[in-house]
Parts: sequence; structure tokens; C-alpha cells
Amino acid sequence: MPGLTFDHVTKVFAGDTVAVDNFSLSVKDGEFMILVGPSGCGKTTALRMVAGLERITSGTISIGDRVINDVSPRDRDIAMVFQNYALYPHMTVYKNLAFGLKQRRVPKDEIAIRVKGVTSMLGLDDLLGRRPAQLSGGQRQRVAMGRALVRQPAAFLLDEPLSNLDAKLRVQVRGDLKRLHQRLDITTVYVTHDQVEAMTLGDRVAVMSGGVLQQLGPPQDVYDLPVNLFVAGFIGSPPMNLLRATSRDGVATAGDLSLLIPGLADGEVVVGLRPEHLRIAEGDQPAMEFHVEVVEPLGDGVIVHGSVAGQLVTAPSGTQAVLSPLPGERAELTAKFEPTVRPTPGERLRLGVDPAKAHVFDARTGDAIARTG
Amino acid sequence: MSATPVLDAEPFRDADLKKGSRFWLSPWHLVLLPIALVMVLPLLWMVVTSLQTLNETRHYPPTLLPNSLEWNNYRAVLQEAPFARWFLNTLIVTVVVVIGNLLFCSLAGYAFARIKFFGREVAFVLILATLMVPFQVIIIPEFLIVRRLGMIDSLGALILPNLAGAFGIFLLRQFFRTLPIELEEAARIDGCSRLGVLFKIVLPLSGPALATLAVITFMWTWNDFLWPLITIYNPDHMTLQLGLATFQGAHSSTTNLLMAANVLSLLPILVLFFVAQRYFIRGIATSGLKG
Repeated sequence: MPGLTFDHVTKVFAGDTVAVDNFSLSVKDGEFMILVGPSGCGKTTALRMVAGLERITSGTISIGDRVINDVSPRDRDIAMVFQNYALYPHMTVYKNLAFGLKQRRVPKDEIAIRVKGVTSMLGLDDLLGRRPAQLSGGQRQRVAMGRALVRQPAAFLLDEPLSNLDAKLRVQVRGDLKRLHQRLDITTVYVTHDQVEAMTLGDRVAVMSGGVLQQLGPPQDVYDLPVNLFVAGFIGSPPMNLLRATSRDGVATAGDLSLLIPGLADGEVVVGLRPEHLRIAEGDQPAMEFHVEVVEPLGDGVIVHGSVAGQLVTAPSGTQAVLSPLPGERAELTAKFEPTVRPTPGERLRLGVDPAKAHVFDARTGDAIARTG
Repeated sequence: MSATPVLDAEPFRDADLKKGSRFWLSPWHLVLLPIALVMVLPLLWMVVTSLQTLNETRHYPPTLLPNSLEWNNYRAVLQEAPFARWFLNTLIVTVVVVIGNLLFCSLAGYAFARIKFFGREVAFVLILATLMVPFQVIIIPEFLIVRRLGMIDSLGALILPNLAGAFGIFLLRQFFRTLPIELEEAARIDGCSRLGVLFKIVLPLSGPALATLAVITFMWTWNDFLWPLITIYNPDHMTLQLGLATFQGAHSSTTNLLMAANVLSLLPILVLFFVAQRYFIRGIATSGLKG
């Protein structure tokens, strides 16, 4: 099966809205690629351009070696699962599944065999005679998946396919999806705004914002080494704490926290601290005083909201140059502890920070600053 | 959880309309009953008169209960005028016009609803604007065109100018726009052409709108009088309404025969209305709804 390539793709909508800006991405054969970003970041537009539902303003999209810019949707050999499933309401499940094959004049008995293969794989055998209106949400989702699978396409496009399922079903279907992909090895592009899906499903993740690709890499790499403030603030739940800091002689100072970061140039920086990397301070670790306000026990951990001295920074979209620190002397901060730690609201803790796990960003450009030490 | 609704199949259910109609008497009926009576009375009188002898029809005050049922009136009517021929003509014209409207208005309505092309909005507004032009204004030009086509005094004159209409285009465009566009996108990815999408996805889901258009077109065409009056001269090419008018002129004194003829011409419309009245209601009730 061939891969899928975006080559400097730009989409400008009427009214000069740039939805996708000079987007280049190569999805390898059989790869599970996630496009993730907040709503309006251009991820769905990128997907719809692959499907042929949006025209490409400039650049090329190819499947294998074949440029598909001007190929009609039906000749692209792709299948798509829509967010609201888009099952044909006037057809039974069987006809929904067979429709694409029938359009392609596949012989009747072969259609029956292929539909059967998909329905037994997805557990739809008992539903073949039903209409979409008689199905539950999860069943509809599976039919939508089946309709795409039965075509045996070159690439598989999914547009937030889990967002209409309830939380429990979503976790289950997420697992099913991953298993299915491991089994079938179809080149897949999966659009989501849910970063849990992004982290768990993808071979690689493309983080988008403002129509621009921000970072591309395996999920763990994107989590461990976000390239800029946007990615840092977007990937991770609860999100990374971003504090304004000043750097002098290799020491970054944010409020009452001082981090020794060798090789750091003087100037304005932003220090990023993941909630799960904050600990109750021990020994001579750099630390800051934390006023506990809200405690959220999760069972496997506890999330604590509170404040520290300093100024919080909002993650800009893209590599926006201007950073606006939120007003106030104290910055809201979120920490995640082991379940054994149970602070009470009003309590004051000393929060320790491991300098090796702190992220440092240039306050002007928002880009991550390479660490020499 | 995103707020995007799941496409719900079969958005129109008869049960929705029937809800609440189980009460057999409500205060509203006290208001509606007398009005219904006033509406029905002329119809009833027509039927009764058509079954009376000529003497009974001249009785004063008029009687609503005939002494005997003169079915012979109907036989006489059918013998005196080519009603069967007129009925057949009307049926041919109406059926062809209804099919033409369903087909051409679907095509045009779909193009206006979904296909982006230069001047789409302007063209649509122009078509809508023709709804405001009274028929009397275009009678003469239309007559000249039809004459140039050599269709005067033939059924073609009644069919061709009415094969598509602004109203149908408007009605279907509005309905098509309420259908979820993802269905059409899915069908295009599944391998449908634009026409395939229209015929395999859009039209099967447009039953209520198509039925409404069919019923309304049927009524308009069946009852049309002015245009046939202008274009048809040969009694063999007349439609029921036109034939009835000529029959009326010749039988102004024999009221019972006239009423029998009226009943005959009205019957198909009455039947159609009883069969299809829910489509009127649905067409009106659903045109503003979007799931």
C-alpha cells in the first residue's frame, strides 16, 4: 500500500482565510498518522483535501507517486469516516456497507463475501437488516468503520470518529481501532482534538495550529520535547504550567523559583513545568512555595490546583512572537501527585522541580531553547 | 464531547403528526364544526343536485334530500359530451407535467442547493422573481412562443411550458439544503457522480418534498383553465376544465346534468387530496425543521 504526501499544501478559503498554510507531511505506507490541534487549526481541512472534498489552493497531495489534486473523490481510492458517521438513512446496514462496492461495479457475490468479512470482524452480523436509525451510537460508529474498511482503500481517513461516543465507549473503540490498524496495516490519517487519542493511537503525531504544522514526531517525543510554547501547552493533560522567567548567568528565575540551567543565554524566557513532574520538595532541590486551593483525587493520582509567586504565560497559537503574561503577582499552577499525597486546601507546600525536566522557551519567539547541559 | 449531532435517520415520522390527535372532541371542534359544515354544504348540494330530476332541481325552496337517485344523469352526461376523452387528455397532461416537474425541478434545485457556479445566487433570485410576475402578463409572449413551435391546439401546448417551475425549484432547493451534506460527501467518496448522489442519496431522502411538489403540481395542472382556453380549440384536445366550461354553456338550463359533470371532474382531485393530504401537512411542517 502506498503512502500519502502533502507537499507545501495551502488552502485559502473565500474571504482570504488561510486554513492550511504551506503544510508538508509525509505519511508512510501503513502508518497511523494523527493530525491534532484545537478547533479551527486546519486539521479537518487538510483531511478533506485528501478526500477531494476541498480544492487545494496550492501545493500537491499525492498517494504513492500519483498526484491527486485534480482527481475526483471517487477515483482517489480513499475511504473516510465522518464525525457524525453519515450513514445513508434510507439503506439497511448491509446496503450501507455494499454501496461503495456496488458503485464500483464489484460482482454481487464478491460484495457479499467482502461485506461478510467486515461484518464478522466488527461484530455487525446481527444488524445487517437494520436501518441506521435503529442502531445505537456505538453500532453506527462500527458500521461507518465497516463502510470504509470494506472498500479496501489505499488510505483511510478518519475525522474525529470517536467524538460522538460516550466516554466509556470511546475508550473501548479506541482500543478496537488500534487493534484493527495493527491487523490491517492501512495507511491512516486520523484527525482529532483529543490529545489522549493523539497520544495513544498514533505512530506519529502532527500538531497543528493556525494552519501551520507545529511539530511532527512520535507521541512520546512530542510530549517529552515540545518544540514551542503552543505544543507544550497543548499536549499533556493537565497542561504544562508556563511561567515567565528571567535568565541570567545560566539561572532562570520565576517568582521564588531559581533553576540552574547551564548554557542558558541571558534574557526573557518561559519555564514550562509538567504537573506530573512536580514533587514535594526534598533536600536542596530548587523549590517554590505553593498555596493549595483545590484538590482533585483521581484514584491513581491527585491533581492539585493552587498558586505560586510569579507570572503565568498563555500558550500562543503557533510561533507567535508576543507573549502576554497574565496579570497578577501570583500564578495559577497545577501539580499532579501520587495518590498517597493528600494536601488540604489552604495548605502551603514546597514544590520541588527537577531542572532536567523543566522546559525552557524563548519568551520572544516561543521556540524551545536547546539545552546544552 | 463535541456538540455535533449524529445524523439521525428518517427525520420525518408520521407519528409526530398524529401525536395529540387522539382526543375525539375538544373545544376547538365546536368552532371548527360549523365552519366545516359551511365548507361542505356547496359540495353536498352539488352531489345531491347531480342525482335529482330536472323538476326537483327547480323546486323552491331547494331540497337537500332527493326523492330518487337519478344515476341516469351521469349516463346522459357521458353520452352528450366526450368526457372520457377529456378525462384522458387531462390525465396525460397532468401526469407528464408532474413527472417533468419532479425531474427538472430536482435537477435545478440540486444545482442551486449544492453546486457552486458563477452567478448562482443571481440566477436563483431571477428565477424566484418570476414567481411575482402574474400569468396574465406572460400569456401573449408564451402564446407566441408556443405557436412558433407549432403546438397550438395540441396537448403539447399544455405540457411543454409547464414542465418545470420556479416554485418547484425553490421548494426542492430549500429542502435539499436541509439534508446533511456529509451524506453526499460520503456518497461521492463511495464512488457516486453528482447525478448519482442526487438520484441515489438525495431524492430517496426527499420523499415528503417530492410528494408535496407532486400533489401541488397535480392540482394546478388538473384545475388549469385559462391556458387551455387560449391554446385549445378542438373538442377532442380539450381538458376536463375546458370541456366542462363548454358543456356548461350548452347546458345552462339542465342543472342536474351540469352538476353531474362537475362531480365527475372533481372526483379525481378529491381522491388525491384524501390520499395525499398528509404530504401537504408534512411539506409545510418540515420545511422549517432541521434536525
